[in-house]
Amino acid sequence: MKFAHLFARTAAPIAALVVAGLTATACAPESSDNSGGKDEKSGTLRVWLFQEVTNAPKEKVVDSVVTAFEKAHEGTEVDVQYIPVETRAEKIKAAFNDPESAPDLIEYGNTDTAGYVKDGGLADVTEEFTDWSESKDTDPTAKQSVTVDGKIYGAPYFVGVRALYYRTDVFEELGLGVPRTQDELIGTARKIRQAKPELYGLAVGGAYTYGAMPFIWANGGEIAEGKGGSYASTIDSAQARKGIKAYTSLFGDDNCPAAKCAGMGGNDTVTAFASGKAGMAIGGDFSHAAIEAGKVKGKYAVVPLPGVESGDIAPAFAGGNNLGVLNSTSHRTLAVDLMEQLASKRTQGALFDAMGFLPTFTDVRQDVAKREPFVEPFVKTLGAGAKFVPASPAWSQIDASLVLPTMFQEIVSGRKDVEAASADAAKKMNTAFSSAG
Amino acid sequence: MSRMTNRPLPDSVPSPGGGRTPKEPAGPAAAPAPVPAGLPGAAPGPVPGPASPASPAATAVRPAAGPGPVGSPSSGAARRGTRPGRGGPGRRSPLARGGWTPWLYLAPALVVIGGLLVYPVYQLGLISFLEYTQAQVSGGQPTTFQGLGNYAALFRDEQFWQVLLATVVFAAACVVSTLAVGCALAVLLTRVRAVPRLALMLAALGAWATPAVTGSTVWLLLFDPDFGPVNRVLGLGDHSWTYDRYSAFALVLLEVVWCSFPFVMVTVYAGIRAVPSEVLEAASLDGASQWRIWRSVLAPMLRPILVVVTIQSVIWDFKVFTQIYVMTNGGGIAGQNLVLNVYAYQKAFASSQYSLGSAIGVVMLLILLAVTLVYLRLLRRQGEEL
Repeated sequence: MKFAHLFARTAAPIAALVVAGLTATACAPESSDNSGGKDEKSGTLRVWLFQEVTNAPKEKVVDSVVTAFEKAHEGTEVDVQYIPVETRAEKIKAAFNDPESAPDLIEYGNTDTAGYVKDGGLADVTEEFTDWSESKDTDPTAKQSVTVDGKIYGAPYFVGVRALYYRTDVFEELGLGVPRTQDELIGTARKIRQAKPELYGLAVGGAYTYGAMPFIWANGGEIAEGKGGSYASTIDSAQARKGIKAYTSLFGDDNCPAAKCAGMGGNDTVTAFASGKAGMAIGGDFSHAAIEAGKVKGKYAVVPLPGVESGDIAPAFAGGNNLGVLNSTSHRTLAVDLMEQLASKRTQGALFDAMGFLPTFTDVRQDVAKREPFVEPFVKTLGAGAKFVPASPAWSQIDASLVLPTMFQEIVSGRKDVEAASADAAKKMNTAFSSAG
Repeated sequence: MSRMTNRPLPDSVPSPGGGRTPKEPAGPAAAPAPVPAGLPGAAPGPVPGPASPASPAATAVRPAAGPGPVGSPSSGAARRGTRPGRGGPGRRSPLARGGWTPWLYLAPALVVIGGLLVYPVYQLGLISFLEYTQAQVSGGQPTTFQGLGNYAALFRDEQFWQVLLATVVFAAACVVSTLAVGCALAVLLTRVRAVPRLALMLAALGAWATPAVTGSTVWLLLFDPDFGPVNRVLGLGDHSWTYDRYSAFALVLLEVVWCSFPFVMVTVYAGIRAVPSEVLEAASLDGASQWRIWRSVLAPMLRPILVVVTIQSVIWDFKVFTQIYVMTNGGGIAGQNLVLNVYAYQKAFASSQYSLGSAIGVVMLLILLAVTLVYLRLLRRQGEEL
């Protein structure tokens, strides 16, 4: 009985101690070590590439590169995994958090470069990239998309760029000419809507940032300007506001009713065009397959999006993907070598034939444009000088907190005027820039 | 009439409890009785000792009180008998028992609760005081202590206050609507015959069992401007329900009520079923209307159940995420339909600011705790006045 009493007395403190001990063992949230350090010359290289909608042709191109690579490097195996695009952010974050099971080489969206660099996930390959014989032909905008603070963190894999899709049958029926300036574009959009109220003239979306940016860039505006590595937003400048006004003027019953179009994103506008509900749309070279699969197959053409002056091309956003070596790799030399093989001129040419991905090398791009006339307007757009988002780690935060879509939506829903909305957006961006450095 | 209907009240309030008294409270009430008599000093010691005689005692009570009709008058008498006595042994027992034995029994549960509840909340609180973004998680930058920096940033953010206000109003509207619909249908269930009752039950359970994402998508499709049957039936053309702030919130509210009223309905229905029919009969003999019966007889008797479903609803509706996220496409046009949980998600996961997200989580936790405590406090005060 004494023992039981003693036990009863001590049980609660022991339980309390156990609980306290559990909490004490992990006082701070964890940080992982991504420094890598080793450089083994054989073993298994793990590669993560994005899973495309129809992945087989991509796999075929990659497999042939990998086979050649394995033959050239004895004792080396390459394990390629295709990860779903929708969950790539979580997967890549998880790879940074757990270097043990992380791959050596990844494909990543080029707007994520600065964020991943700040996370400490990507390895600096400036030296290898500069020494690489093919890199001199890399298009400057593509090179900018792997560069942060003057250092290079990967190799451009392909670029994606947007241009103006229009319905040839509708234009012919209404006797419309292809718009040559931004004003003509807006006028043409309204004429289409007026003649055919069941169509959007030009399908636009309040959440379609990369469809809206060309209007701002064409007017001489910028999202932000870099000042010594740190950025300051210029979305509220006079030029940028002119572009914002032009884009948001397209929302309304005379083109694309705000009630429907304010919430649309890029895919929605492409879907609207593909299903025959729009006279024009701003779509990418990568939207080609979706539009070909829609109702408008054979009834459309593509031209570069017109700029302010006749003959100008509105600067497009240079989207696309890069390949990068992870900081945590234990096979650095091998991984960089494989990266160069996968992003080589030959592979990019083969990838264009297989998937339609636009090459990042200017000369290769010229070649493929000759072979496939469809990509000509896109290559022309790139040639006229494409633009890129600020190479700041804050960009992914700005993107995720929907700063620009919120700005456009505030304007088109009549909640704020251009001045107030753009000033607020600039304020939000500057907060992000200063907090993320 | 009001005096008539009020009279049975004070008596009838505890009586559903009284109906249960012989089963549960009477068990312990019977059990401690022999304890102080037999083992005055060593009460905590012999663990199996009092337990085994207590259980036959409890089982002996149960069959006697179990059969309803006979039990209820006698249990009422028993209750009245124990009331004055309850204060006495209740106050003496913790001292007499010595205190630690209950902790011993509770230890396994406490360890589990500690691991699953306290520890995560502790981590949440800790992270909210740090600079902890993806760069810190993957080791690109060192983790630094920020003090109240995240909270200061949060409270300076105008949008946070707007979202907080929207969340409180929206949650309140959801709770009131859910409780109203749930209670009304629960009363209806007791009035209709078996077949319609079964149909209503099945429909409610169907809504309950539908995953939130599916339910939201289906509701959105029903109200779709181009393909939705609602616009076609109402002849609204291509009216967009999610464009206007209030109509978007109203649409989400409908879905939230639709998927959470079954819980209220089933629980309250079970509660009503446990109310002795004589009480209701007496009330209607006194000429009380349906509404009067609900307000003066059923609602007070169901108070414990209503408290639970209200708190549950407050917590659920304050934390609503899926419906807003799916139906307004992540917060609506220009973020007009953001609620705190979606806002926290945007901050914590979409933009990887885990520390700021944690600070929002802590604020939500404190608000919910405060609301619950104040609500319980108010109820208790009312109870004392009664």
